[in-house]
Amino acid sequence: MALTLDDVARIAHLARIEITDEEARRTLSQLNDIFALIEKMQAVDTSGVEPMAHPLGGAQRLRADEATEVIDRAAALRNAPAQQDGLFLVPKVIE
Amino acid sequence: MSTSLARGWETVIGLETHAQLSTRSKIFSSASTAFGAPPNTQASVIDLALPGVLPVLNRGAVERAIRFGLAIGAKISPRSIFARKNYFYPDLPKNYQISQYEIPVVQGGTVAIRVGETEKVVNLTRAHLEEDAGKSLHEDFQGMSGIDLNRAGTPLLEIVSEPELRSSAEAVAYAKTLHALVRWIGICDGNMQEGSFRCDANVSVRRIGDPKLGTRCEIKNLNSFRFLERAIEYEIARQIDLIEDGGHVVQETRLYDPDRDETRPMRSKEDAQDYRYFPDPDLLPLEIQPAWIEEVKRAMPELPQAMRERFVTQYGLTPYDAATLTASREMADYFEAMVATLPKEPKLCANWLMGEVSARLNREDVELEAAPVKPQSLAGLLARIADGTLSGKMAREVFDAMWAGEGEADAIIEARGLRQISDAGAIEKIIDEVLAANPKSVEEFRAGKEKAFNALVGQAMKATKGKANPAQVNEILKKKLAGG
Amino acid sequence: MTAHLVSLAELSRQLQSKQVSAVELAQAYLARIEAHRDLNAFLDVRPEVTLAQARAADARIAAGGAHPLTGVPIAHKDIFVTKDFFSTASSRMLEGYMSPFDATVVRNLGEAGMVTLGKLNCDEFAMGSSNENSAYGNVLNPWDKGAVPGGSSGGSSAVVAARIAPVATATDTGGSIREPAAFTGVTGTKPTYGRPSRWGMIAFASSLDTAGLMTNSAEDAALVLGPMVGFDPKDSTSVDRPGEDFTRDLAKPVKGLRIGVPKEFFGAGLQPDVEAAVRAALEEYRRLGATLVDISLPSAELGIPVYYVVAPAECSSNLSRFDGVRYGHRARTYGDLNDMIAKSRAEGLGAEPKRRILIGTYVLSHGYYDAYYIQAQKVRRLIAEEFRRAFEQCDLIAGPVTTSVAFGFGEKAADPVAMYMSDLYTIPGSLAGIPSMSIPCGFGAKGRPVGLQLMANYFEEAKMLGAAHQYQLATDWHTRIPEGFR
Repeated sequence: MALTLDDVARIAHLARIEITDEEARRTLSQLNDIFALIEKMQAVDTSGVEPMAHPLGGAQRLRADEATEVIDRAAALRNAPAQQDGLFLVPKVIE
Repeated sequence: MSTSLARGWETVIGLETHAQLSTRSKIFSSASTAFGAPPNTQASVIDLALPGVLPVLNRGAVERAIRFGLAIGAKISPRSIFARKNYFYPDLPKNYQISQYEIPVVQGGTVAIRVGETEKVVNLTRAHLEEDAGKSLHEDFQGMSGIDLNRAGTPLLEIVSEPELRSSAEAVAYAKTLHALVRWIGICDGNMQEGSFRCDANVSVRRIGDPKLGTRCEIKNLNSFRFLERAIEYEIARQIDLIEDGGHVVQETRLYDPDRDETRPMRSKEDAQDYRYFPDPDLLPLEIQPAWIEEVKRAMPELPQAMRERFVTQYGLTPYDAATLTASREMADYFEAMVATLPKEPKLCANWLMGEVSARLNREDVELEAAPVKPQSLAGLLARIADGTLSGKMAREVFDAMWAGEGEADAIIEARGLRQISDAGAIEKIIDEVLAANPKSVEEFRAGKEKAFNALVGQAMKATKGKANPAQVNEILKKKLAGG
Repeated sequence: MTAHLVSLAELSRQLQSKQVSAVELAQAYLARIEAHRDLNAFLDVRPEVTLAQARAADARIAAGGAHPLTGVPIAHKDIFVTKDFFSTASSRMLEGYMSPFDATVVRNLGEAGMVTLGKLNCDEFAMGSSNENSAYGNVLNPWDKGAVPGGSSGGSSAVVAARIAPVATATDTGGSIREPAAFTGVTGTKPTYGRPSRWGMIAFASSLDTAGLMTNSAEDAALVLGPMVGFDPKDSTSVDRPGEDFTRDLAKPVKGLRIGVPKEFFGAGLQPDVEAAVRAALEEYRRLGATLVDISLPSAELGIPVYYVVAPAECSSNLSRFDGVRYGHRARTYGDLNDMIAKSRAEGLGAEPKRRILIGTYVLSHGYYDAYYIQAQKVRRLIAEEFRRAFEQCDLIAGPVTTSVAFGFGEKAADPVAMYMSDLYTIPGSLAGIPSMSIPCGFGAKGRPVGLQLMANYFEEAKMLGAAHQYQLATDWHTRIPEGFR
């Protein structure tokens, strides 16, 4: 099953990565090569096999409900591309 | 409701309610959840999604989900999975939300609602744990928006109802019941202005009798019961008009604009959504042992439904009064504290709480917890009505004084000399004087003018500065006038 | 000064006995770093920070009771965030980024008294097998400056091979420690997944990412691994186990040790020069008294397809946070908010991360999730199960790390699939989450190094390091130093 240029445009948009037509064409052929590689796996009979999400299994550990974090806002904002009054600034957000 | 039914349409509504859980710290970080701090002063490195950070689940959030599940008779899943819901939005710092998708922590359950005299049981689909997003501030920062991530990571319980609600009134009743319940069991402060409790409504319409569901629209972020009602009403009318005009409803996400009282499409949701859910590899499955559920169960308060039934049987209240008194935990606790002090007068306690106290709270816009008159004190006042010391009118005067902070009922009665005169001899003596002083009124009464009787009662009350027991005055006066 | 020619144990002894000071040692290494800048292995060096740490180490040694590693220099792969150095993940996206906190691995090693020499170049976001994906240029292989140093931990492997750092941290998601270790002739150790904390490791694929070490010997690795790993409550996938002495099996002879040799690791793709060196190493083990056991890992060849679903899926989500909103690169010109994010990501991320994000986005998208992601997780379990059964027959598994010796710059850069095949033998162990390592075992074509891979069952690092050490006692491949770095 091969991807199309539309697929590339759709996933690039979902992933919020701007992509030129030229890049999309190049990416398309690379992705198709990679998916040809991946297809080997799809023929395997995995009926009755439990998906493995973590190498070690086990259960989630729970943290006590304590507000112990000391917040250093200046450190948090230090890397911000644009900021004002303690806020991160972005182009107008439209709901 | 009535209008759409009249037009031959049935409404189908399901609600998704987001309740912020009242934990001290966030669901995946140790930052405080307190509301109203300066921007980004409660956003930890985890909440900011800085490179290299990882989530660790808050036990308090899980405990509250269990409490909710128990309160609605749901299944508490022994194993549930956190998943990532991937979408880009600037107030969602990781650009994915950690939520639960395929296996939520709470499954099923029911909530009983009342609309007027009708009771209805609403089935719930599920309730799952997830994290809240931050906020975009739209004040003008040189044409830009400001992002405050203090709210990011606040634990949410998303409670999803089946699409079983059939009118805006039912939807509001359901939302109010849920609101009371989450406060009752202490998992959410229910502050709607601050966004602690907010609803998304899925609304569709279909011809009455049509077994197929219509196309639905989701109205997001309704943070008051009135907006919920208005938004649904508007949406029902819009959809019916659209279909009757030959159009069709497009499945979309809409926002309610209270200023214009209408819903409109959300531009940020115009794309077809593809959230690419998958289990969060940073978190392991949440396992809840039966022993933990038992422990939570033992600590659960009596639930409103059970308490309502008990109020009817134990105190002989009407189902309506019992429902009113169990509308909130504060109300019920106040009532029970009064009755504990005045066990023989549950009805008097109920009447005063639902009448005088509630009216007063409404008028002054005060919450019951903040009422200056405590239940034991109010019961002290009602005891003086019960034993005949005070008339209803005098009791209201004392109540006013108590509300103003003048002290306990007995002290006020003493200080103001408000003790009711109930001694028949004393009242008879006063009435004799009143009759002697008002021969004209006596004559008029005998000539058939009923009004004259009231004037005589008024004179007797005036002579005692209102302290005479009015029932006794009536009775004795009647006897005297009849006897000549 | 010849500190760069001795083992960590010897360095530690010299520091503790005050034959050399931490400051002198740091200065010597900073001088070597400066002298070999052409390797392009370091992305951030700050002598004032390094020397301040060295002075503190000397004070701790003077005060007595200091940890044996106090004053020993170390360099960190720039995938670990650090307070005192830039943390870039070799990406334009994070150029100039300063983290407000240290990764747990960095903190643990700092608490043991180790002195940070700086941050090391790597493939961008640890994605790559040749270090050609760094936004800050190629790292050269000290053995042959026309060859890649391997990836993604190419800076780590190069500095240890060149003896310009005695030890370096590294990370391994599908082979990113073992492959560069093999290509540069150093000892690369990947412990069990969950043993080292991931807190502060810039995430690539969360269910695979594992911190580890590049050293000049298994003994050095065993010494540093102890303080580096350990339970971290900040990482939900961190394993809660008591601390271990990873040197405990170093002196244990390999006599009677059963070494499994998977036939699938000696298939058609394996180059004869690599096979010859690996077979000779296996023969050496037999000579030392180990028993070689033929085993089979039939699903291992599915490792690459499984990996190129699971890792991109996780990466597509992990890298979403790089949007130019709170930190990182923001495009200079843009239209609306979405455009700002899409342009910032297009400019800030390199070709390989973008390619993997797109693969991951696709395999998770509606309608494909079950066919790709769930199927990959199921096959992943089949692979892990095969390892479990194999370890019923043997104590360790051994085989090649790579199909070939280090390739030249540009040889595979244009063909992602060929590049992905570089990790054929390392990916299965990563998917299972077992400990594994690469030790130098000879030289192949063009005099480039060859690595022998050792794999152990979960939490059996000590056994693996012991067997590696016994081999290194009997051979001298690990002591070879490339021309120009002695």
